[in-house]
Amino acid sequence: MKFTEQHKKLERNVTLLAIFAFIAVAIGGTVEIAPLFWIDNTIEKVKGMRPYTPLEQAGRDIYVREGCYVCHSQMIRPFRDEVERYGHYSLAAESMYDHPFQWGSERTGPDLARVGGRYSDAWHVQHLRDPRSVVPQSIMPTYAFLAETDLDLNDASAKLRTLRDVGVPYSDKDIANAVLDMRAQADPMADAKDLMKRYPKAQQRDFDGNPGRLTEMDALVAYLQVLGTMVDVDAAAAQEDLASERGR
Amino acid sequence: MDGGASERPGKQGFEFMEAILTRAGLWFGAMVLAVLASAYAHDSGFAAQMLLLAVVALAGLWISAAKADVGAVASGILRIPADPSKYDDDPVRWGVLATVFWAIVGMAAGLLIACQLAWPQLNMEPYFNFGRLRPLHTSGVVFAFGGNILIASSFYVVQRTCRARLAFPGVARFVFWGYQLFLVLAASGYLLGITQSREYAEPEWYVDIWLTVVWLAYLAVFVGTLVKRTEPHIYVANWFYLSFILTIALLHVVNNLAVPVSFLGSKSYSLFSGVQDALTQWWYGHNAVAFFLTVPFLAMMYYFVPKQAERPIYSYRLSILHFWSLIFLYIWAGPHHLLYTALPDWAQTLGMVFSIMLWMPSWGGMINGLMTLNGAWDKVRTDPIIRMMVMALAFYGMATFEGPMLSIKTVNALSHYTNWTIGHVHAGALGWNGMISFAAIYFLVPRLWHRERLYSLRWVNWHFWTATVGIVFYAASMWTAGITQGLMWREYGVDGYLVNSFADTVAALHPMYILRAFGGTLYLAGAVLMVANVWLTILGRQRAEKPMHQAAYNPVADRPIVAVPAE
Repeated sequence: MKFTEQHKKLERNVTLLAIFAFIAVAIGGTVEIAPLFWIDNTIEKVKGMRPYTPLEQAGRDIYVREGCYVCHSQMIRPFRDEVERYGHYSLAAESMYDHPFQWGSERTGPDLARVGGRYSDAWHVQHLRDPRSVVPQSIMPTYAFLAETDLDLNDASAKLRTLRDVGVPYSDKDIANAVLDMRAQADPMADAKDLMKRYPKAQQRDFDGNPGRLTEMDALVAYLQVLGTMVDVDAAAAQEDLASERGR
Repeated sequence: MDGGASERPGKQGFEFMEAILTRAGLWFGAMVLAVLASAYAHDSGFAAQMLLLAVVALAGLWISAAKADVGAVASGILRIPADPSKYDDDPVRWGVLATVFWAIVGMAAGLLIACQLAWPQLNMEPYFNFGRLRPLHTSGVVFAFGGNILIASSFYVVQRTCRARLAFPGVARFVFWGYQLFLVLAASGYLLGITQSREYAEPEWYVDIWLTVVWLAYLAVFVGTLVKRTEPHIYVANWFYLSFILTIALLHVVNNLAVPVSFLGSKSYSLFSGVQDALTQWWYGHNAVAFFLTVPFLAMMYYFVPKQAERPIYSYRLSILHFWSLIFLYIWAGPHHLLYTALPDWAQTLGMVFSIMLWMPSWGGMINGLMTLNGAWDKVRTDPIIRMMVMALAFYGMATFEGPMLSIKTVNALSHYTNWTIGHVHAGALGWNGMISFAAIYFLVPRLWHRERLYSLRWVNWHFWTATVGIVFYAASMWTAGITQGLMWREYGVDGYLVNSFADTVAALHPMYILRAFGGTLYLAGAVLMVANVWLTILGRQRAEKPMHQAAYNPVADRPIVAVPAE
């Protein structure tokens, strides 16, 4: 056979074999991944998206640390039952500031893409402390230690600066004020005008029911409460944008 | 004359001392750096990991300074034979032992998290919560158990098929120990909450950099051995190993591009976000399945199945065809993990189409393996190792049919996010990767320790059956669980409302989770039996047992069936 004769050249030469194998595996990834960075409609522009506040981002870091994504997805698919159960299907833009993405691939627990505003802070705190006290069938681990652990404020500015390095548009002021912003957001008495201006519609209150301390529980609940709330998908303008979508 | 004779050993002794001092100095330097990094660490997790490194360096320092012959002591305990053969098998022996050790760690972690899903009280916050243990299980079985058998078997196979001793023996030992350090850092990091939370790429930036160094060293040893081969042709198993090492390097580096917050802290943020991050991650994630759990295990198949069956590979042409089409097509299949998500539709469709095409080259490999047994099918009855290999190939064929089926968008709409995926993965992992690895271990141990045979072939048979029945329980319960979830989530009543709350669907899975844990227990029990068998073989014992097959030759019954023409 001719092709087996030709193949013998590859079989006798390590370099050729390696080069051909490398080319074979490089093509698929390049064709699929590279265009996502320059095709315009990969991420439709929507109103309302802003970077996470430092407190929400700290909560997100805890979400990442605890591996919540192994049981909870953050990606609602465009099916009738999912939209009724969890809310409007997820838009690409809604995770544009997520480093890393946390779409997940398993729903041992429910989707969390739009969990923000669905439950009270007190419910979240109680549920994280002891999930079975509010949902008897739940198999979620307990996370009571979050309420007992002070939020680590080291590197708060450095974290935002690193996020800016990878493309999240934090301003110099955002970075400089990271710790102050965290404290202000979790303290209902603090003056948060400046915070609100830089992070529109940020929710300011004591999240963990323990005003004396800024805990990891504050941060995680603040993150959960903002999930899926930034873009008002049902607003008329957003509906128009979606209706005119092409090529998806 | 006398003076000259006494001078030379003195000089040698001096150089020897100098080498020891240099090595001890390097270890000392590493220890000081690790202690400093630990002292100035930005977070407690990083401090703990650096302390761990310091302890490792201290152990290295002690071994080189005390010049205690730790190697000899270890070789004595592990009955490692002096190596008279023309091949360098020490790294292979260590690799086989590490494989057996990590198999138990990874599978025990799997059993624990399976039980946590059935009985959530087993979670112990914060270090032993499901979210932190799950990557310990996946990395433990994929990278620790799987990775070690791949490195060990590749070192064994490449030497024999090239008729050449391993290139760079020092680097090969570095690959082994460096890889174990990577595993320990990754595993301890997960428990400490150090993770990128990107599936199968959880280790943080400094562990990733370390793995890159180790992996390039592995590439050097492997390619170096290929280069010094005395066979004109590179055997097909080595094509698979080579593309595995190359592609894993590419996937690992690109997918782990991240910017650390501080060089003295564990936290980093991935370079990409959202959609781009999702596709990069699943390009990596799916090809971890492809180039870690498929391609190099096929390499093992291409060496160990023909050796054990004592038959040549069925088809040379088929091996060329399915090798190139497999590695070309697999890379495209990543987006099937992101069907119906916010990923652009064109990418989803490409992923689905290529996943379906992938069915063919996958079965090409299975057919080439199974047909190799042509003329030796009786061994399935008499040789439990062959039986394991056949079962492995059968599960490979099953899983590579199921995979393309699950990649069809309409099927995926039901199966995605459910335990069906878990069942699918484990049919492949327990059935294909596990069984072929066990078979390779049973093949390797008597040869590596120069034993006449395994301690017990009947125990291998027991292992085969506990593992197989375990997989049946596992896969059947998870398929049922997955379809149950998928149907309950989308169930509408006559009133037009959703019937089930999410909590109802969780409660419905409880019996399936218990059955799954039972299947896992059986599978782990089989692995424990393997540990005992391997250990007793190494000790040189042989179990007095009846041979597996003792049907006597019966000239009346054992005659060929003669075709009788139809009347």
